[in-house]
Amino acid sequence: MAEHKPDQMEFYKQEELQQIDLNPPKEGWQDQPADFRPGSWIYPTKPKHLESLGMPNPREWSPADEDWQLPENWQEIIHKKFKELLGKYRSFRIFMDTCVRCGACADKCHFFIGGGDPKNMPVLRAELVRSIYRNDFTTVGKILGRACGGRKLTMDVIKEWFYYFYQCTECRRCSVFCPYGIDTAEITMMAREMLHELGLGVNWIMEPVANCHRTGNHLGIQPHGLKDTLEFFCEDIEDVTGIHIDPPINKKGAEVLFVTPSGDFLADPGTFTCMGYMMLFEEIGLDYTWSTYASEGGNFGLFTSADVMKKLNAKIYAEAKRLGVKYIIGGECGHMWRVLNQYMDTMNGPADFLDVPKSPITGTVFENSRSTKMIHITEFTADLIKHGKLKLDPKMNDHVRVTFHDSCNPARAMGLLEEPRYIINSVCNNFHEMPENTIREQTFCCGGGAGLGTDENMEMRLRGGMPRGTAVRHVQEKYDVNQLACVCAIDRATLVTVCDYWAPGVQVTGVHELVANAMVMKGQKERTMNLRLEPLPGAEEKEANDGES
Amino acid sequence: MTAILALGAILILILLAGFGSQVAGLQVVFGVAVPYAAIALFLGGLVFKVMSWARTPVPFRIPTTCGQQKTLDWIPSARFDNPHTTLGVIGRMALEVLFFRSLFRNTKVDIRPGGRIIHTPAKWLWAAALAFHYSFLVIFIRHLRFFTEPVPGFVKAIQSVDSFFEIGVPSIFLTSFLLLGALGFLLLRRLVSPQLRYISLANDYFPLFLLIAIGTTGVLMRHFQKTDIETIKAVAMGILSFSPVTAGGGALFTIHFFLVCVLFAVFPYSKLMHMAGVFMSPTRNMANTNRAKRHINPWNHPVAFRTYEEYEDDFRDKMKAAGIPVEKE
Ligand code: HEM
Ligand code: SF4
Ligand code: SF4
Repeated sequence: MAEHKPDQMEFYKQEELQQIDLNPPKEGWQDQPADFRPGSWIYPTKPKHLESLGMPNPREWSPADEDWQLPENWQEIIHKKFKELLGKYRSFRIFMDTCVRCGACADKCHFFIGGGDPKNMPVLRAELVRSIYRNDFTTVGKILGRACGGRKLTMDVIKEWFYYFYQCTECRRCSVFCPYGIDTAEITMMAREMLHELGLGVNWIMEPVANCHRTGNHLGIQPHGLKDTLEFFCEDIEDVTGIHIDPPINKKGAEVLFVTPSGDFLADPGTFTCMGYMMLFEEIGLDYTWSTYASEGGNFGLFTSADVMKKLNAKIYAEAKRLGVKYIIGGECGHMWRVLNQYMDTMNGPADFLDVPKSPITGTVFENSRSTKMIHITEFTADLIKHGKLKLDPKMNDHVRVTFHDSCNPARAMGLLEEPRYIINSVCNNFHEMPENTIREQTFCCGGGAGLGTDENMEMRLRGGMPRGTAVRHVQEKYDVNQLACVCAIDRATLVTVCDYWAPGVQVTGVHELVANAMVMKGQKERTMNLRLEPLPGAEEKEANDGES
Repeated sequence: MTAILALGAILILILLAGFGSQVAGLQVVFGVAVPYAAIALFLGGLVFKVMSWARTPVPFRIPTTCGQQKTLDWIPSARFDNPHTTLGVIGRMALEVLFFRSLFRNTKVDIRPGGRIIHTPAKWLWAAALAFHYSFLVIFIRHLRFFTEPVPGFVKAIQSVDSFFEIGVPSIFLTSFLLLGALGFLLLRRLVSPQLRYISLANDYFPLFLLIAIGTTGVLMRHFQKTDIETIKAVAMGILSFSPVTAGGGALFTIHFFLVCVLFAVFPYSKLMHMAGVFMSPTRNMANTNRAKRHINPWNHPVAFRTYEEYEDDFRDKMKAAGIPVEKE
C-alpha cells in the first residue's frame, strides 16, 4: 500500500477519527496555543491574489512559521478594525454582550462533535474574540482584565483566530439553538475581516475571489471556455436524449438571466446538475441566457468581507441590466443563496429595472421575490411540476434510493425546505429522510463550507463531515439509500469525499440531475442511459434479452 | 478556580454589609448612598448600553430561519419559526422570551462505539432556566408590596397564589424554593459538567452566587430570623420618596438589601444584559421578507467592481473568436 499524505482521506483511519473525547482537558483554554498540524489548516493566500485585489500585506508566509511577518503596528490595526465593526454591526455588538455561556450551542457544531477540540464549541469560538472585546472595549474588562474573562491581544491570539475561524463553516447551526440567536457565523465573518487587515487569509478562498473578479467566476473560466463547456454538456445531452440544444450565451433581450455556481461547469457531479438545468429550460422553451461576465452565482467574498462580497455580487445585477432581461433565476447553491437572499438586494439593489418574476409557463408570480427579482430554481421547478407542466416518469429513477441533505444556507438563511423535497418526491419513488436532528433547520454541514473544502484541510473536513456522513450511513444501512441529493455546489464537491469516507457507496447528486433523468422530453429517443452516461438497469436487461432472443 | 474567585467576591460583599450594619456611622452608606448609587448605575448603564446597541445599524437582514419560508401559495410556511410578517416576528419573540423556544430545541450529543452519533433531547436546562426566571419574576413582583401603598391587587393576588399551600407560619412562598432549587441546578450543572466547567468564567458564577445569596438571606428573614416588615417598608418607601430613613433592619436585612443593590449595579455591565439583548437580536427579531422588501443599509458605501466594459476589453478577441456577442466590435 502506498504511503498516504495528510491531504488524502486514506491517511486517516476511521477508528482513530472516531475516538472522540468530548470532555475538554484540565488546563483552561485561555493560554493554549493553536496546534497547526498538517491536515487541519489551509494554505495562506498567495501574494499575487492580494495584490490583484488591492488587499493589505501581501507576502509569502506560512501558518507553520513562527514569524508571520505582520506589520509593526498590527495590534493597532486590529483594534481599529474591531472598533469599526462594532460600530457597523448591531449583531456583532449584541453577540459580544449577551452570551450567558449556557452551553446550549456547545455540542451543536459539527467540528466539535467530530473532533472534540473545545475551541470548536461555538461558545468558545466566540469567546476567542469576546475575551479581546472585554479587555479592550468594556470598562469592567479594562479594570478587571483576566478576572472577568478578558485576554490581551497577543500574537498567539491572532494565530488562534486564524486557526479556529477557518474551522468554522459559517453554517449557523449553533444559532438555531442559542436562546438569544447568537450566530457564531457572524462572529467568524467579523474575525476573518479583521484578519484580512493583516493580510491573513487562505488561498482556497482568495484565489477564487481573484479569479471571479477578473473572469467572472471562481474557477477562472474565460468566456470561450465557458462556451466550450456548455456545448460539451449539450453533446452529452444529445447522446442521452437525442435532443440538440444550442446554449444561449450573453443573449440580449432574453427573458431570464440564469446564474449558477461555476462549480457546476467543472466537476462531476455538479456538471450533471448543470445539464439538468439546460434540459429543463429546453423542454419548457424558456427564453433565457447564460452570461460569461456574471458566470458565478457563488460568492467567496462572503467568506472574506462585506466589501469583497459586494464587489463580486455586483456583476449579477449589472449584467441583468446590460442584457435587458426581465428577472433572474439562480441555480442550486448554498452560500450563493445566502448572499442572494440576505445580502444582494441591500448591497447592490434596488433592482428596479427588473420585473417581478413571473413564470412564463404557469403564470405564477413569485411575490416572495418582489424586490430582489431573483428566484431559486427549485421554486421555479416546483411550481412547474405542481401545475403539471412537466412530463415526468419517476420510474426512470427507480434504481436510485435517495435521501436529501439540506444545505446550511438554504435551510437556515432562507427556509428552502419543502421545494426540493416536493421535486424529489415527484421524480423519484424511493425517498428516505435522515434522522430528524440532522435535517431541515438542524441540518449538519458538509464540513467544507465557507471556503474550507480543500484537500490540505482533509482532517478537519472528515471530522466536520462526520455527523453528516454518519447520518447518511444510517439511512444507507436502514433503507439501502444510494444517492444523496442536495442543492449546493460546495456540497457536490465536498460531500463526495464525506460519503466516500463515512458512507462509501453513496453517490452525490443535484436535484435537477434527478429531474432531468425522470423528465420525458418532447421528441426524445428512448433513454438507455442516465446523464452520467451509465446504462439504465432496465436497459441493460433489455439489451441482454435482446441478445438472447 | 473561577468559581472560587466569584464565591470569594460574594463572601467579601456579605462581610462588608454585615460589618456595615454593625457600625452606626456606616448606616448612611448602606441605607442611602449604596441604593442610590446602585439605581444610578443600573439606569445609567442600562440606558447607555441599550442606546449604544440601538445606535448601531443593522446593515443586513439576517434572520436565522428555523422552518419553511413563504414562497409558493401551496407550500405552508412556518409562521413563527420563519416569520414573514410583523405579527409572525412578534409571535417568534414571544415564544423566545416567554417560553425560551430555542433552548427548548436543545439536544445532547453522545458518540457511541463504532462512531454512532446519538442526539437525545435535553430539556433540563430549559426547565431549570424557565423555573428560575419565572420564580425571579414572581418574587420581583411580590417585592412591590414594600414599595407601594396601597399594595396593588395583582401583587396581592400573585402573593396569595404563591403561598397557596399555606405551609408554615408565615406560609412559605413556593417560588422562593423553586428559585433556589433552579439556581442550585444551574450552578451544579456548571460545576459538574466538564464542558460547562470549561467554558464558565467568573462572570458566570458571580450572578449565580449572588442570586443564591439574595434568595437565601430572603428566606432566612421570612422564616428564621424574623425581620420587622414595617421598618423595611419605611426604608423602601423612604428611598422611593427621596427622603431616606437610615433605621436599619438588622444585619441579615442589610446583607440582603446590599446584595440586591449589587445585583442592580452590575446588571448593565454583565451578561445579565441578555434580558435586553434577546429583544434586539437581529437573527430573531427580523422577518424573513428578504427578497420581498428591500432592507436598507445606512453605510452601504459604493464598492468598485470590474465592469462589463473592462471585462470585454480583456477578453474581446477570445469572445469574438468563439462567436460570443460583444458590445464593441
Ligand atoms: C426577558 C427577560 C429574560 C429572558 C428571556 C432570559 C432568558 C434566559 C435564558 C434563555 C437563559 C439561559 C439558560 C440558562 O443558562 O439558565 C438565561 C440565563 C440566565 N438569566 Fe435570564 N432571561 C431574562 C431576564 C433575566 C433577568 C432579569 C435576570 C436577573 C437576575 C436573569 C438572570 C439570568 C442568569 C443569572 C442566567 C444564567 C444562569 C446560568 O448561569 O446558568 N435573566 N436567561
Ligand atoms: S447558546 Fe448562546 S448564550 Fe448559550 S453559550 Fe451558546 S452562544 Fe452563549
Ligand atoms: S456556524 Fe457552524 S461551524 Fe461555525 S461555530 Fe456555529 S455550528 Fe460551528
